[in-house]
Amino acid sequence: MVSDHGLAIPSAVAAELLAHARAELPYEACGLLAGSIADGRATAFHPTRNAEASPLRYSVHPEDLVRITFAIDDAGEDLVAIFHSHTRSAAVPSATDRRAAMYPDAFYLLASLANADAPPESALRAWRIHRGHAFEVPLTIG
Amino acid sequence: MSTVRIPPVLRETVGGARTVDAVGATVAAVLDDLFARHPALRDRVTDEGQLSRFVNVYVNDRDVRYREGLDTPVGPDDTVILLPAMAGGSR
Repeated sequence: MVSDHGLAIPSAVAAELLAHARAELPYEACGLLAGSIADGRATAFHPTRNAEASPLRYSVHPEDLVRITFAIDDAGEDLVAIFHSHTRSAAVPSATDRRAAMYPDAFYLLASLANADAPPESALRAWRIHRGHAFEVPLTIG
Repeated sequence: MSTVRIPPVLRETVGGARTVDAVGATVAAVLDDLFARHPALRDRVTDEGQLSRFVNVYVNDRDVRYREGLDTPVGPDDTVILLPAMAGGSR
């Protein structure tokens, strides 16, 4: 069962994933967020390598993906959100993002680094992507 | 008989099982057997009859794209994993 109330992440997690995104520049950054999908709350960020090593594309490194997916599962937690950054464009799923989305029950959390001074509340946006269509959902930080 | 480990995102297609069995000496043969037993899983991870390029396949946690692809050998004690990729990009 998926939360109807959007995605909530603690401020510290938001800061952590934005720091990861900045550290990965000029490339897009990515990672997984674990927590409770029923509550719509992510409590931990797991940064991953971008196998594409590209400023325009990302692919969670397959070794990181399998290791973290089952570590979350074995801990009795859920994959809550899939994070990636856009280095120059808005935090809105691109056509590539929508076409490649394989996790209809997870949130897609995007960061835009287009404005280096943007606070987390405006740099981050949360989405659900289903059958190629993206729907923005409320994001609560704190 | 090899073990196929099913990630949470695909479990509903196999009745909620964390692992299922499948027979085959290569990844391709294991997938054929797996899809015959679990057609809902096949529908989820294939595209026009081919394994979706957005699905990773592992044998013992190693992505088969870095081995011999669908021809990668699978032994009876091996664990095969199907795991949808997480990919995209701003363009």
